[in-house]
Amino acid sequence: MIRAVAAMAAVALSVTLVDLFPRSILVFLAFQLSLLYVYVTRIPAWLRTGLLGVALLVLMPLIGLRNGYYLEVATQVGIFAALALGLNIVVGLAGLLDLGYVAFFAVGAYSWAIVGSPHANLIFGGGFPLAPGWFYVFLFVGLAVAAITGVLLGLPVMRLRGDYLAIVTLGFGEVIRVLANNLDKPINLTNGPKGITPIGRPPLPFGIPYSEGFYFLVLLIVAVVILVNRRLEDSHIGRAWEAMREDELAAQAMGVPLVRAKLLAFACGASFAGVMGVVFSAKQIFINPESFTFLESIGVLAMVILGGMGSIPGAVVGATVVTVLNLQVLKGFSLWLNELKNAGVTVLGYSLADLPTQLEPAKYERMVFGIILVLMMIFRPQGIFPARRRQRELAHTDKVPTAVVP
Amino acid sequence: MDYELLIGIFPQVLLDGILLGFMYALIALGYTMVYGVLEFINFAHSEIFIFGAFVGVEILLSLQSAGWLARMPWVVVLILVILAGMLASGLLAVTIERVAYRPLRTAPRLIPLISAIGVSFFLQDVIRLFESMWRNAFNLVYPTMDVMNIRFELTSTLDVSVRSLVVIVAALLMLWSLHVLVNRTKIGTAIRAVAEDQAAASLMGINVNRIISLTFLIGGAMGGAAGVLFGIQYSLINPYTGFIPGLKAFTAAVLGGIGNIPGAMLGGLVLGLLEAFAASYMSLLTGGAFGAEYKDIFAFSVLILILIFRPKGLLGEVVRGRA
Repeated sequence: MIRAVAAMAAVALSVTLVDLFPRSILVFLAFQLSLLYVYVTRIPAWLRTGLLGVALLVLMPLIGLRNGYYLEVATQVGIFAALALGLNIVVGLAGLLDLGYVAFFAVGAYSWAIVGSPHANLIFGGGFPLAPGWFYVFLFVGLAVAAITGVLLGLPVMRLRGDYLAIVTLGFGEVIRVLANNLDKPINLTNGPKGITPIGRPPLPFGIPYSEGFYFLVLLIVAVVILVNRRLEDSHIGRAWEAMREDELAAQAMGVPLVRAKLLAFACGASFAGVMGVVFSAKQIFINPESFTFLESIGVLAMVILGGMGSIPGAVVGATVVTVLNLQVLKGFSLWLNELKNAGVTVLGYSLADLPTQLEPAKYERMVFGIILVLMMIFRPQGIFPARRRQRELAHTDKVPTAVVP
Repeated sequence: MDYELLIGIFPQVLLDGILLGFMYALIALGYTMVYGVLEFINFAHSEIFIFGAFVGVEILLSLQSAGWLARMPWVVVLILVILAGMLASGLLAVTIERVAYRPLRTAPRLIPLISAIGVSFFLQDVIRLFESMWRNAFNLVYPTMDVMNIRFELTSTLDVSVRSLVVIVAALLMLWSLHVLVNRTKIGTAIRAVAEDQAAASLMGINVNRIISLTFLIGGAMGGAAGVLFGIQYSLINPYTGFIPGLKAFTAAVLGGIGNIPGAMLGGLVLGLLEAFAASYMSLLTGGAFGAEYKDIFAFSVLILILIFRPKGLLGEVVRGRA
């Protein structure tokens, strides 16, 4: 009872604070923390679902009206959550370390970008861009194209194990990026480093503004992805993946068709990235190969690792924490430092105005990812929200089962 | 097609390929030696390599600002810089092993690999942070020594600069001394023993942890030397420069047969030559449709093909067969 009241109070209080101080980063962080508290605290399931639903469906868009940037952050979190959930299937469930995951995201993004902008006229003659309504069709086209790419990548690397697979997928990711960078000749397919713009945006019902529209769209996709993930986890194929992760030989001996299971893992993981790629390209209006670097792949990996490999809530929480760290904490720190610099503050006799101009704390994403990866591997390889099955396994080692199997 | 041009540039391309090949060979040694003893891809090796380049550039820049660069004999400067780069990178490699890999030695294979990726990213930004604070710039240019730019014209189409000769001679010296160290000394025997079978080696009275540290030290030092030579040859470096050469050097190590030291040298040379020829001839042969910008793809395709068709590499004999 007390917990239920505390959860409701936390959400209400943080929303009020956001309303009072719409520019403060700390206050928005408090709102996010209150949602996390609602998720982890022990309250009745209906209350938890209700609170989270109200917060995500009603409060968040309202906050977006007060400060549009927060809605942008929330949308980005959603996009990365879907990516993390996709990678979670490949890395977490099937145990295949994919270091080029962002390539599938790129494939999805380019599939809509090319036909959703006038750029396709250069390739096919005329008749483009397609009507904005086609966007919804292309959500599925992006899914299919990415899944096929996943299978195409999977086929040659099937025989590789562990670390070799990681390096080859890394190489594959780079190949896709280099192709995107250079396929402006002989046929101008991707327009090279200049990128493609303007990319068409989908028509939205009820005249919802675009930022809110994309937020709801991303939220819907994430919900579907979570649902699919949960169904997959306990399905036949999900168990096959986990068996494969633990011991390939044993799994094969138990009748798991390794080739099919691996290809399915790649295809499933890739398809989520493909869908989000389509959304991403429409949301950004402009894409170029810079959005699909190795850095992004490792960013998504860091989200999965932070949350816990194989864990669905883990992937979502990981995506939130990492995205917020990058978009808000690093940027906020940068802005704060600049303010201090301009105000001429001195720390321990050192004038901050003398700080080098090249220091831009906002650019240190790699350091954040690096620290997350190393610390998690050393101190908590199961992540902050370990997968349920792993939790059960650990619980078993603690206490000997009392019931005797006849 | 312009056959005269095709043949004309051949010697120069060959030279470029050899230079690049030696660079890859030196870096590949670090990957292959570590893989030999631990069966683990030291993903941070590309940063260990570029760290050597940064130590080198810092020393050269401070010598320059002190006005000593022009006054000291260039050979002394060169040896000093290379040794400093080797020492720094070697120690960095040992530190990384102690902090980020040793606690994970018994963990499943992917765990230390992920940790290594983390170390790699972390180091890139640490170098950037340091250089931004110290010089307010992280794209640094190697100061030139005038001697380096002297060129000898061998034929009308081929000239060799002192710079290139230095790189080749230094790389050869390094590879030769490593060969002697591994094959002719007691330490080398110990390294090979640990690579063969850790448990048996420790029963023979070899301190396995010490040998693993030593392997990282030697591999790191080779990487550091490669870093300095890279800086001397290509002059422009930044904290992220190391990544692609590192990846290609890994390809070279796999190409030669990972865990196999002569293999890494051979793989480096082969990959360097392949890449140089691909970069110069692809554009000519396809009429400009595909040019040098695809050379990275080319290297990765080699990696994928090798892993699929001959996972044990050119020289075969993986330490413990696993691909």
